[in-house]
Amino acid sequence: MPATDALSRLQSAGLYALELEAVNRHFGALVALADINLTVRSGERRAVLGSNGAGKTTLFNAITGDFPPTTGRVRFFGEDVTDLPTYERVRRGLRRTYQISQLFGGLSVIDNIYLACRGVTRRRYSLKRPALDDTSMQAAETLLEAVHLESSRDVLVAELSYGRQRQLEIALALAGAPRLILLDEPAAGLSPAERGELIEILGSLPEHIGYIIIEHDMDVALRVAQSVTMMHNGRIFKEGTPEEIENDPEVQELYLGIGHGHG
Amino acid sequence: MDTDRLFNKSNPFAAIPAWSWIIGLLLILYPSFASDFFTYQIGAYSLLLGTVALSLMMLAGYGGMVSLAQLTVAGLAGYLMAILGDNSVGVMGLGWPWWLAVIVSVFAAAIFSAFIGAISVRTEGIYTIMITLAIAVAFFYFVRQNYTLFNGFTGFAGVEPPTLFGIYWRDPVPFYYLSLAVATGFVGAVLNASRSTFGLSLMAIRDNPRRMRALGYNVAAHRIAAYFMSGIIAGTAGVLLVWFNGRISPGTVGVDVVIDILVIAVVGGLRHPIGPFLGAIAFVLLENFAIDLIDRERFNTVIGLAFLLVVIFSPDGILGLWKRLRPKLRLGKSVPSAAAGTTPTDSHVSESVKEV
Repeated sequence: MPATDALSRLQSAGLYALELEAVNRHFGALVALADINLTVRSGERRAVLGSNGAGKTTLFNAITGDFPPTTGRVRFFGEDVTDLPTYERVRRGLRRTYQISQLFGGLSVIDNIYLACRGVTRRRYSLKRPALDDTSMQAAETLLEAVHLESSRDVLVAELSYGRQRQLEIALALAGAPRLILLDEPAAGLSPAERGELIEILGSLPEHIGYIIIEHDMDVALRVAQSVTMMHNGRIFKEGTPEEIENDPEVQELYLGIGHGHG
Repeated sequence: MDTDRLFNKSNPFAAIPAWSWIIGLLLILYPSFASDFFTYQIGAYSLLLGTVALSLMMLAGYGGMVSLAQLTVAGLAGYLMAILGDNSVGVMGLGWPWWLAVIVSVFAAAIFSAFIGAISVRTEGIYTIMITLAIAVAFFYFVRQNYTLFNGFTGFAGVEPPTLFGIYWRDPVPFYYLSLAVATGFVGAVLNASRSTFGLSLMAIRDNPRRMRALGYNVAAHRIAAYFMSGIIAGTAGVLLVWFNGRISPGTVGVDVVIDILVIAVVGGLRHPIGPFLGAIAFVLLENFAIDLIDRERFNTVIGLAFLLVVIFSPDGILGLWKRLRPKLRLGKSVPSAAAGTTPTDSHVSESVKEV
C-alpha cells in the first residue's frame, strides 16, 4: 500500500465511523447494491431513505456482515472489516436493529438485555450465574430504565406488546458501548406516542454514538437525522442535509410522487 | 429469569422443590426394597441410558441441536476403556490404571463430541440429524471392520470396574449407587449451567442465532462448547455402560440403539433434565417386560407405538403429560400460569420435537 494511502487511512480513522468503498452485492443475477460509496462521520446521525427494494436493508446487511459485499471494502473506524464475521464487527462497536424484531422470545426482558451487554465483554462462556453486582447485569438494569421497560423486567419477551418489543430491540442495540448503530425502520408500527418516545431516546444518545436510520416516515427521519442518503435501485441517488433532500425536485418526484399530479 | 431464585446465594438447596427431595429419598432407598434384578437391570440401566439421553436433552432442549451421535460418543468412551485398560480378549488392553483410563476416555469422548459439533453446527434441524446419524453409522461400521484397534465384530469382553474401598463396584447395589451419584451430579450440573451466562446464551442461540451474532457472540463456538460439555456427560455414561455390560461390541453402538436414545429423550421430555430419566425408565421397563405381553420380535413395535402415542398426545413427552395432569390433580388449589414457571425452555420444546 502506498505511504499516502496509509496516511490518509490513519487520518480518516478518527474522523470516519464508516467508509464503504465501491460496495456491490449480487444475489445471482439480481444486483441489490451497485457501486456504493458512503462515508459516515463519527457521531453522525444519518437517515437512509428510499422506496421498497431500493437496497436499504441490504446495505445494512453488507455493513454488518450478515450478507458480506460481493465486491468492495467496508471500513469501520479506519479498520478494514470486510472479511470479519458479524460478531467481530459488533465487538468493535457496530450495532443494529432489525425491521422485524429479532428477540429471544423464551427469555425475559432483563435476560435479553443482559445477554446484549455480556456479548461484547469477556466471560461469555461463564458457567456461573450472573451476580447482581456483575457489571453487565448493572449495565442491563441501567439500559432497562433508559428504554422505559422497568415494569416489564421479568416478563417473557414473547408476551410483550409489539411496541415494547420495538423498545427492547432498541435496548439491545444500545447495549455494550456502541459507536455506530444501524436502525432498520425502528418506528414501523408504533403509535404516535411510542414514536415520540423513540425520538426522545434517539435524541438523548451521547454525542459520540452515531447512527444510520432507515425510516419510511419522513417526519421521523428528518427530525432525527443530520444528513440524508437517498437510495434507488441499489444505488445512492442523492445525499445532503434534510432540507436539501426535502426540497430537491428529483427526490420529490421519485420518492414523494410530487410532480406527477397523482400524489 | 426469576431474580429471587437466581440470586439466592444463602442456601442453594432452598430452590430445590419438595418433590425432588421425596424422589431423591425414594431413589436412595430403592435397593433396600428392590431385588438385585430390579436394582441392576432396571434401576442402574435406566440411570445410565437416562444419562446418555440427558446429554442429548442438553443439546436439543437448551441448544436446539438434535444430535443422533450421543450414544456414539458414549460408545467411544466405552471402547477406550477396553483399549486403554484391561480386557479379556487379548487385543489391545494397555493396562492403564483405571482412573487414568477413565479420565482419558471421557476427555477423548468430549473432544470427539466437539468434533461432531464442529462439522454439524452450521446446519439446522433435519440436516443436523442427518449429519450426526451419518457419523453414528460410520462409527458403527468402522469399529465393526477394524480389528487392529477395535477388535471388529467381536469387540471386547472382560472390562471390569475397579475394586475400590473393598467394594466390587459391579455388584448391583454399589453399581446402582454409582450410577445414581453420576446421574444426580449431571442433572444438577445441567440445571446449574442452564441458569448460567453460558446456558442463557445457548438458549438465546436456539431462539435466534442471527441476533446472537449481532450481539457479539460467536454462535458456532458456543454450540461447539455445548457439544463438548454434552460429550463429558455421554462419555462418563459410556464408561459406566461398559462396566455395566462388562463388554462392548459394534452392536452396542448400532443404529437401532442410537435411535433408542432419541426415543428415550423425546418420550421423557426435552424441557427438563429429569425428562430423559423418565423416558429411560419407561424404555427399560418396556424392553424387559414387553415380551410378557407380545412376541419378543415385536418389541420395537411396542416401543414405536409408545413413541407415537406420546408424541401425538404430548409433544413435551411424559413431562408434558404430568404438566397437563397436575392442574386436574390440584382441583381447588391455585394453579400457577405457564409463564410464571419461567422454565427457559418451555416455549421451544415442542418446536424441537417437531423437528425430530
